[in-house]
Amino acid sequence: MLAHPGTGPGGPRVRLGHPRLSAEPRLAAVTSSVKLAGLAELAERTEEGHAGGLCPAPADLFELTRPEASLRRLLHGLPGVDQVGAEGRAASLATRSIKAASKLWAIDTAISMLDLTTLEGADTPAKVTSLCGKARRPDPSDPSVPAVAAVCIYPDLVPAAKVALAGSPVKTAAVATAFPSGRASLAVKLADVADAVSAGAEEVDMVIDRGAFLSGHYAKVLDEVQAVREASRQACLKVILETGELSTYDNVRRASWLAMIGGADFIKTSTGKVSPASTLPVALVMLEAARDFTEATGRAVGVKVAGGIRTTKDAIKYLVVVNEVAGEEWLDPSRFRIGASGLLNDLLMQRSKQRTGVYAGSEDWSIE
Amino acid sequence: MAEGRLGVRKTYKLYIGGAFPRSESGRSYEVKGAGGEFLANVALGSRKDLRDAVVAARKAQPAWAKATAYLRGQVLYRAAEMMEGRRGQLALAVAAAEGVGSGDAASGVDTAVDRMVWYAGWSDKLAQVAGGTNPVAGPYFNFSIPEPTGVVGILAPESSSLVGLVSVLAPVIVSGNAAVVVASEARPTPAVELAEVLATSDLPGGVVNILTGRTAELAPVLAAHRDVEALDLAGAPEALEVDLEVAAAGNVKRVLRRRKPEPDWAAQPGPERMLHFLETKTVWHPMGL
Amino acid sequence: MAFSRFAYAPAPESRSAVNIRPSYGLFIAGEWASPLDGGHFKTESPSSQEVLAEVSSAGPEDVDRAVRAARRAYEETWAPMPGKERAKYIFRVARLIQERSRELAVLESLDNGKPIKESRDVDVPLAAAHFFYHAGWADKLAYAGLGPDPRPIGVVGQVIPWNFPLLMAAWKLAPALATGNTCVLKPAETTPLSALVLAEIFEQADLPPGVVNIVTGDGGTGATLVAHPGIDKVAFTGSTEVGKHILGALAGTGKRITLELGGKAANIVFDDAPLSQAVEGIVNGIFFNQGHVCCAGSRLLVQEPVAEGVVEALKRRLATLRLGDPLDKNTDIGAINSPQQLEKIRELAAAGEAEGAERWSPACQIPERGYWFPPTVFTGVAPGQRIAREEIFGPVLSVLTFRTPEEAIEKANNTTYGLSAGVWTDKGSRALQVASRLKAGVVWANTFNRFDPASPFGGYRESGFGREGGRQGLSQYLKGALDG
Repeated sequence: MLAHPGTGPGGPRVRLGHPRLSAEPRLAAVTSSVKLAGLAELAERTEEGHAGGLCPAPADLFELTRPEASLRRLLHGLPGVDQVGAEGRAASLATRSIKAASKLWAIDTAISMLDLTTLEGADTPAKVTSLCGKARRPDPSDPSVPAVAAVCIYPDLVPAAKVALAGSPVKTAAVATAFPSGRASLAVKLADVADAVSAGAEEVDMVIDRGAFLSGHYAKVLDEVQAVREASRQACLKVILETGELSTYDNVRRASWLAMIGGADFIKTSTGKVSPASTLPVALVMLEAARDFTEATGRAVGVKVAGGIRTTKDAIKYLVVVNEVAGEEWLDPSRFRIGASGLLNDLLMQRSKQRTGVYAGSEDWSIE
Repeated sequence: MAEGRLGVRKTYKLYIGGAFPRSESGRSYEVKGAGGEFLANVALGSRKDLRDAVVAARKAQPAWAKATAYLRGQVLYRAAEMMEGRRGQLALAVAAAEGVGSGDAASGVDTAVDRMVWYAGWSDKLAQVAGGTNPVAGPYFNFSIPEPTGVVGILAPESSSLVGLVSVLAPVIVSGNAAVVVASEARPTPAVELAEVLATSDLPGGVVNILTGRTAELAPVLAAHRDVEALDLAGAPEALEVDLEVAAAGNVKRVLRRRKPEPDWAAQPGPERMLHFLETKTVWHPMGL
Repeated sequence: MAFSRFAYAPAPESRSAVNIRPSYGLFIAGEWASPLDGGHFKTESPSSQEVLAEVSSAGPEDVDRAVRAARRAYEETWAPMPGKERAKYIFRVARLIQERSRELAVLESLDNGKPIKESRDVDVPLAAAHFFYHAGWADKLAYAGLGPDPRPIGVVGQVIPWNFPLLMAAWKLAPALATGNTCVLKPAETTPLSALVLAEIFEQADLPPGVVNIVTGDGGTGATLVAHPGIDKVAFTGSTEVGKHILGALAGTGKRITLELGGKAANIVFDDAPLSQAVEGIVNGIFFNQGHVCCAGSRLLVQEPVAEGVVEALKRRLATLRLGDPLDKNTDIGAINSPQQLEKIRELAAAGEAEGAERWSPACQIPERGYWFPPTVFTGVAPGQRIAREEIFGPVLSVLTFRTPEEAIEKANNTTYGLSAGVWTDKGSRALQVASRLKAGVVWANTFNRFDPASPFGGYRESGFGREGGRQGLSQYLKGALDG
């Protein structure tokens, strides 16, 4: 969307002047088909070495070539998000009603998108093992219920999860990088990641440095994402923005792009430890970003919402937003995840209601 | 009432943060009717109860102020509907407390209901009357809007137990303030009845808090409280007035002084009481392409 | 369709919420009366062409009866009544509308063809809000800044259009009643039903007889009403053509007049706009209520650097709009109100193509019965073309581009209308400056099609004069120093 005239797919490529960026092949491929005025403008400035509309003085031109300034220009060139409008749109999508047959499909899809999560200081291998059992067979009495996408835990519990999930399609996801605050040195964060990956984690949920982001040190955030990207090796990388701390939708959109440029496979709303966690309008803004980035680069990025999603009704609202904003391609565990724990039992309860017509009791499903 | 049936009496409690606690002090005081007969033991609110009431008001005020004016109007109108539904009960309370005949009491309740409706209608007009754009000499868009002052302490009128109370309470809350009210000391029961009406309307808990007790004990604490921004001295004892104003000066409270002689609370008011508990905010914004 | 796996339900609102009578009389002096010298006509649902009810058509004698009833009520009851009592009647009406909101929403969607989500979320709640807001004014007129002793004008004749039948009735009646006037209301020929339910609501509210009289009928009834010598003021919402006719017809009568007429609003999108929300605003601006909105943002003016991207994003968004059964809660675009209107839209759209603009509509299935027109976008529109100048009153958007703010303002103002406009930019200074230079009665910045009883609405130039809503709206129903 939002084309700069005269550019399109196959048009001039953007080089951000950031050494890591241009070294990473898939990042250098951020073409101007990104179609964001700011990005295309940046391309002209950095490639042709002359100013666009603003005619910066020579000193500013020098600034432009510095990575921090380039990033800043790119992120601040993204169109703004009007809070009232974005929230209004999300609220209107929340009123859609779903066909009964689609509801069953939506419930099963939501189950298959779940990152069943436990992130407590009191977690033990036994607790994780029982959660993994639930993840593999959410309803032991009904084999038609799909398995969840992943189990999401702290890195030191990955070995227990690997044993419990052996032979199942359920992935092991570990939160790393000094989750949830991210307040540790890069070396510690990378060690955390290496630990998780070498123990067999197939997915890594990292947190960005919100402090650095909010103080405008975008390059530091990007460096960290890229370093974790490398340290994660083949693992699926989910980058947690902690939108509850970013305060504005403009920041959410910028952080989304930063994480995707850095190599995120998923951008994720929240740790679940900060309120507000995921909200519909935040998901909407992130889905727009993922859709635009995917369209621009050809590299598909998914979105994970986490925190506070407890009911089937909530989950279906998210699926409606996914469907209408990003499109049907995102209605798949490879592109959309829901991080939750209690939600699963509600999904099972509603599933049984849909199939039998009888409301279930609150003790009909196991509590892990 | 059926012959020989023993009535079930009500416990009169405080109204704080939407709940009806007894005084934390465990104290109560005896309230007598106009004829000197026993009416009720009413909670004798303490300094700590008052502190709790201010905390509740402080907590509730931002969301109440942020609610749309239309919603606030609906909520006050709903309160009027609930008052109308409990006319009989309110009239009995007023008759017993003030010693007036049932006809006068009933017409007093009618006035109180109409007063609530009158203020309800002001919610979305106040800014249109009290605010506006200012034609400043320059390329600026300049406008002034009224905003609620915050938490307002109210010493309710001593004699007019319901009409007087509604006449000082409604103008404070309609604009988005929260109120901590010290009810009439001698005639507190209609205030407790009103609290029960408010609790069953759509008014968020904490927007109105009503304490019963000794005015002389509670008023100085309220006047000095630094988390209270304004003070209505309508029912202040004459002997305390100056001291209360001095205490209120500590954080520059907006004080509405007691009018002398006491106004006829049943008479139709103007918008002045509302305007007294508003701040005017003026915004400058450049205009240019 | 894009929803192959994830289909939204046809989620029709139950018709059982509404009990439509087989036939309706005229509501005169608090009673249902058969027409004396009028007749009857049928009102149909534009989405199914099903006949909904038979409705009376008021002839001159009927109109005369209604005006006399209003005069009597004005003199004997309503004007002398204390404001606070008038207020309580109007509050009652507001509450009754809220109580019967579902019934009114379903009825409105049946009779008008608009999506239930709009009648449910916009028309009906706003109608109640108008009564609520104006009820509060009834006993506060002295504070409205309109003079120390504001007085009503008398008997008001009000003629309303078919695009927001209940809401327009509320816009007309609420301020008139609050200020102490009595009314004779003429609903639109194709959408009379919600006004007749409103008459039932007046009965439930015990509104004194004659304070509001409702005379259904066609344009002839309306013409009779506005020309009636017993009317002190005429309030009309409708086409500019009819508005001019009324002005001519009333010349020399001394009657007070307010007119809310057509529009051809510019919706201006600058390159620094919050573009996702701008796209939503464009959609809302022109496709809300099938574009049957006098203030619709029918001319999109988009700054060249973002034009291509905005149009692309707009098309993607339009592909997700759902056209169909107005009673389906998932429907975004309902039916065109009448075959005449459909014909007019078709004719102008054809003219757009003939004049060289590029026409585009998303793939969408048109139901077999009823009157429908797909959301349509014309790009490459030149300012002189008919689709850029004439009010289409349908779901048709004309896209023009501009380079500078000056050019945008010039193009936006290059119309004989002046009802509304939209500005989209992240720069507050620009939004305010552009707004101040637009010749339009309502300017929305970073939003569109917002309405509120506290906010005055009305036009510049040939979009009419007088305002509805706010203090300014009250003044239209009060006798002023300039009145004879």
